[in-house]
Amino acid sequence: MWRMVAIWLVLSAVLDPLFYILVGPHVPPGTMTSSAQQNQFDFNILLVAALPVFLAVWVYLAYTVVMWRASRKGAPEPVGGAQARTHLGVQVGWIVTTTVIVLGLFVFGTVELIANGGSGGGEGPNPIWTPTSATILPVQVIAQQWKFTYRYPTFGGFESGQLIVPNDTTIAFHVTSLDVIHDFWAYQLSIKADANPQQDDVAFTTTRQTGSVTVRCDELCGLWHGAMFNYGKVVSKAAFMAWAKSTEAGNAANTKLLPPFAYTYVPDANGSDGGYYPDNVDPYSNSEVYGAKPAAS
Amino acid sequence: MTLTAERETEVVYPDPTPPVLGGFQGLPQRPGWLSQHLGTAAIGAVLGYLLGHWLGNVVASGYTNIANSGVNAVAITGGLLLGVFGWLLGIGVLNYPLAKMVGLEPRPDYESTSWTRYLRLTVDHKVVGLQYVIGVLAFLFTGGLLAMGIRTELLSPSSHLFGPGTYIAIVSEHGTIMMMMATSVIVGPLGNWLVPLMIGARRTAFPRVEAFSFWIFTAGYLVILSALFYGGFPTGWTGYAPLQTQAGGGMMSYLVGFAVIGLGMMAAGFNLAVTIINYRAPGMTWSRIPIFVWSILATCALLTLATPTLVAAGFFGILDHTAQTAFFVTEHGGSSFLWENLFWFFGHPEVYIMALPGFGIVFEILPVFTRKPLFAYKVAAAAMLGVALLSFFVWQHHLFQSGINPDMRPLFMLTTELISIPTGFIYLVGLGTLYKAKIKFEVPMLFALALFFNFLIGGMTGVFLSDVPVNVTVHGSFFVLAHFHYTIMGGLIFAFFGGLYFWLPKMTGKTMNKKLGQIHFWIMFIFFNLTFFPMFLIGLLGQPRRVFEYAQNLQALNDFSSVSAFILGASFLVFVANFVWSIFIKPTPAPANPWNSLGLEWQTPTPVPYYNFERIPVVLNDPYHYSEENAVSVADLGEEGVLVAAGASSPASVAEDPRPPAR
Repeated sequence: MWRMVAIWLVLSAVLDPLFYILVGPHVPPGTMTSSAQQNQFDFNILLVAALPVFLAVWVYLAYTVVMWRASRKGAPEPVGGAQARTHLGVQVGWIVTTTVIVLGLFVFGTVELIANGGSGGGEGPNPIWTPTSATILPVQVIAQQWKFTYRYPTFGGFESGQLIVPNDTTIAFHVTSLDVIHDFWAYQLSIKADANPQQDDVAFTTTRQTGSVTVRCDELCGLWHGAMFNYGKVVSKAAFMAWAKSTEAGNAANTKLLPPFAYTYVPDANGSDGGYYPDNVDPYSNSEVYGAKPAAS
Repeated sequence: MTLTAERETEVVYPDPTPPVLGGFQGLPQRPGWLSQHLGTAAIGAVLGYLLGHWLGNVVASGYTNIANSGVNAVAITGGLLLGVFGWLLGIGVLNYPLAKMVGLEPRPDYESTSWTRYLRLTVDHKVVGLQYVIGVLAFLFTGGLLAMGIRTELLSPSSHLFGPGTYIAIVSEHGTIMMMMATSVIVGPLGNWLVPLMIGARRTAFPRVEAFSFWIFTAGYLVILSALFYGGFPTGWTGYAPLQTQAGGGMMSYLVGFAVIGLGMMAAGFNLAVTIINYRAPGMTWSRIPIFVWSILATCALLTLATPTLVAAGFFGILDHTAQTAFFVTEHGGSSFLWENLFWFFGHPEVYIMALPGFGIVFEILPVFTRKPLFAYKVAAAAMLGVALLSFFVWQHHLFQSGINPDMRPLFMLTTELISIPTGFIYLVGLGTLYKAKIKFEVPMLFALALFFNFLIGGMTGVFLSDVPVNVTVHGSFFVLAHFHYTIMGGLIFAFFGGLYFWLPKMTGKTMNKKLGQIHFWIMFIFFNLTFFPMFLIGLLGQPRRVFEYAQNLQALNDFSSVSAFILGASFLVFVANFVWSIFIKPTPAPANPWNSLGLEWQTPTPVPYYNFERIPVVLNDPYHYSEENAVSVADLGEEGVLVAAGASSPASVAEDPRPPAR
């Protein structure tokens, strides 16, 4: 018994730091955004916690099948009776240990979720855990079979087929769908939010590095679900402002007819003011925040 | 508790072989050519389908055609529903209720020894159990072939064997067939076969319901297969709603199929739950019933309580397609979240329907091959019930990123992680039983040990998925896919095959070949892990589920997984070869108790008589008194049987029992 514990302790003490130091920094989704960094950290913490559990069971099973197999010479004869049926200390110890681990994981997960502004997951139309940054760039992600379109409400609501966002900026992704349920998975940004028809799903992150981004649909959406992906970029603030301003100007003739923020392209039959778009959708409430104030300042 | 007092209350059963054979009193004996079997069921299904299809076109031609398909959803639904009805009518499920309606009384059932009874409606739980074995294996191998198709397509990231429509139809069909199969894979064959024998009963509580549950299960198999003839359906097994509403005729097969399977699940669940509660032999107290029976009872609770949600949701979906309602259509006032919640409210208990019976099986196998009592029996029973109870409170963890109310997420993270406490009990019991044991590596034991290896990986990765921040990375990716294949296939299917190798000698009276069994196990175990472990990495590296195109850099891992999957698929051929060889071609008769088990089901002769027990046994002890000196025997089987001394490795004579012989 103590031999098993010793093997387990040594293995855990060696493998846990080895994993954390050698593998941990390379664990997906990388370090490109705040949510990516935090989710990588959370994954590593869970793995460091899980590894000793794996090792405990594996060491025990290995020891069992080697030492206590019937064919081994000198294997002990099994003992039945009351002492083999129950052991109060082991049972209580097991239950207390698993409960403590589980509650610890729950507290850790909840703290990380709240402290990190939702960790990049979709928080529905009314997010309650939000980043503290004063300037937030809203980007509307419009999913449809089988493509993503990105709309920039604070730049006149122009649309782009490519996701381009500035570095060192907190971004609010407003994910919606025009038809079936999709899922916006910006892998390197560590953003994942379902795109539901006629509903807003908000997810936050803060970019930390420039680079390219893969966007994939992560919810089965029909025939070409497998081909529903595109690529984006995180660029410097200056490059982003230059691109956004020029695209805004280039699209001005179109965007002046369109609302900067809406959940649907479909004309609303109930629109009381004769507008093409649902009149119950307000313009984005923080619309002045990012575009009006140059990011560089 | 005195034995004589219990003997006095014993019920006298009719002669096991009554002279009058089946049918109904007042009607002449049915001629042979009018007998009902698989063939008449097929004829009934075809006629029913044609009638229903025609009716559907009559009542709703024109306005319910699915867009751009030339397909009438009402006609398909009508065809499928009446087809199922015709199938049940043809096999004879409805004979009894219909005859009772016109006042005819059934004659007692008879014992048939002809092999044709496996092709007929029968109320013998042992025949139904074996019918289920063949049924779930057909289901499993169909789904497995589709999996081979998926892995073939994923050999290359960009050049395709199938078109995207075919691929998504294969993926959906694979998922749905496997899920449907897995709901019954243990409850159906082993649950029906073993539970009455384990609790000392002569039959289940509702033998006709039991027969119904099997034949509607087979009807469900045909219905879900019919989706392929309508071009398949694109939603995966989850059937998410706006896509479901948009889909073509194959979607009706999915909705009707799940409703049909759901009825069978509820029927099987009610029957076994009532059997376990009411049909236990004298002395079979709650602390003596085998742990497998506890697992089936917990599963039955889930089957009966969770499945109605699925049937209701399927009904809403059918109405959306046929009667133009808008339960799931957001634009018309419905909600896509409604389906997600209804589906997962069923869907999560469902995955424990697929886990608990597996635990029950390995807990039956472990004591026999360790020659030790089951460690912490009460904790094991508590684990089953705890998991069953908690499984109703975790369903929204499938919707963490879906845009649900965000403050619900910590709650569901908590409930999900809490469920790992009773699941951890499984390991306490398993590892405790192995402690200082004398392990015999017979084939069933190999499968049981493999469950502990596989399910550990499946369960621990579940903790990663339950953590909302980490879920952002892994949700909907191949990581999830690997996780649930590790729990369902690595847990349930391994336990199922372990259970088959363990109990088939009793069920069929033939010995399975040990060498082939070992080959089957090692190929299956090694290549199961080589198939699915890389999928954790594939998922972490960013490959979503159900895609036919993926990043170039993931090809090596995908190919590795695919090739392993082909060998994994081939391992089942070894099983089939073993099954056919050992049971049909060169049968070796099995002894009545080849493993020296103390379980009540092993104390019967082989083949087990029609009425199971000559006398209802009086249970004296639980069946786990291995390696114990002077233990009280498990049961008094009456004059014809033998008393089993628990400490001995083989059944002992009556004289060796420390108690005075009964009567």
